[in-house]
Amino acid sequence: MTEAPNTPRLPLWEVFIRPRNGLAHRHVGAVHAADAEMAMLAARDVYTRRGEGRSIWVVEARHLHASDPDDKAALFDPADDKVYRQPTHYHVPEEVGDM
Amino acid sequence: MSEGALFRYVLGLADDQLVLGHRLGEWVGKAPMLEEELALANIALDLIGQARLLYQYAAEIEGAGRGEDDLAYRRDERAYLNLQLVEQPNGDFGQTIARQLLYAGMTQAFWPALAGSADARLAGVAAKAAKESAYHFRHAALWTVRLGDGTAESRARMQTGVDALWEFTGELFAPSDDEADLAGVAVDRAALKVGWDAAIDRVLAEATLARPADDWMASGGRQGLHGEHLGHMLAEMQFLQRAYPGLAW
Repeated sequence: MTEAPNTPRLPLWEVFIRPRNGLAHRHVGAVHAADAEMAMLAARDVYTRRGEGRSIWVVEARHLHASDPDDKAALFDPADDKVYRQPTHYHVPEEVGDM
Repeated sequence: MSEGALFRYVLGLADDQLVLGHRLGEWVGKAPMLEEELALANIALDLIGQARLLYQYAAEIEGAGRGEDDLAYRRDERAYLNLQLVEQPNGDFGQTIARQLLYAGMTQAFWPALAGSADARLAGVAAKAAKESAYHFRHAALWTVRLGDGTAESRARMQTGVDALWEFTGELFAPSDDEADLAGVAVDRAALKVGWDAAIDRVLAEATLARPADDWMASGGRQGLHGEHLGHMLAEMQFLQRAYPGLAW
């Protein structure tokens, strides 16, 4: 691949592939393309060459809003001491038997 | 129907796909962007896969002990029966896309028609190729519109590509003597012209490009007559088998 100097950059598109019926779309990578239709073709050629996909989503990267790494403590740490939110926190009484 | 006619028919179809597949393969390592490098290589592999199935069948029809590699690597230019459009050099990206548009515009209708052939083996290859060529046309059409209706630079290059290759489109729809001899087996390519005209006109119009005039048209590919470029391409493609006959991976 070669790129001429000063080549205008095409927008970046994030690619999501649904591997098989019943499973959710998963992020697999990104492609450059002029618009959604071209991004779809590029995603097909780059990410489904070995029969991986049943469905493709492309989203222009600028439309994705990511959480700020600096907010990590405020966003996620409060969940750390709430063990009662884990199913394994609860003891199942004998009387219940096999659930 | 003669065996010779069927052999030459299948061989010509195989040569079309191999020559174009090799041309597209020449982009690997120097495509304008990574995504497009993979797309062109994917299309090349589709075409070479089609060529292999057709060469294998041609070798069986001939029954002379030659295999697919012999047919691909050990025939000279004049024994190649491909249409002249596919041997044209890549040029710039616009010209490559123009070649794809004009050629896939034909094959996207040709393969579905051949899938109804009385020859079951050809029908099978065609059914597989039909899906691939539909994608090839879509890829070329989308690029044609974006380059044609893009910047002044991309528009000029796209128009130049279409103009340069137009003289090779007449041959796409000119049946050879062999095809006339293979009624029921071969596709009547002349009948595909109307659909091709409509498809190409639609894309060119959306791309704001002008359709060139149907002027002088090249011919003779199916008779082994080629332009100056095919020999050079074959020299490179066939080098290894010519230098080391029978070499295997």
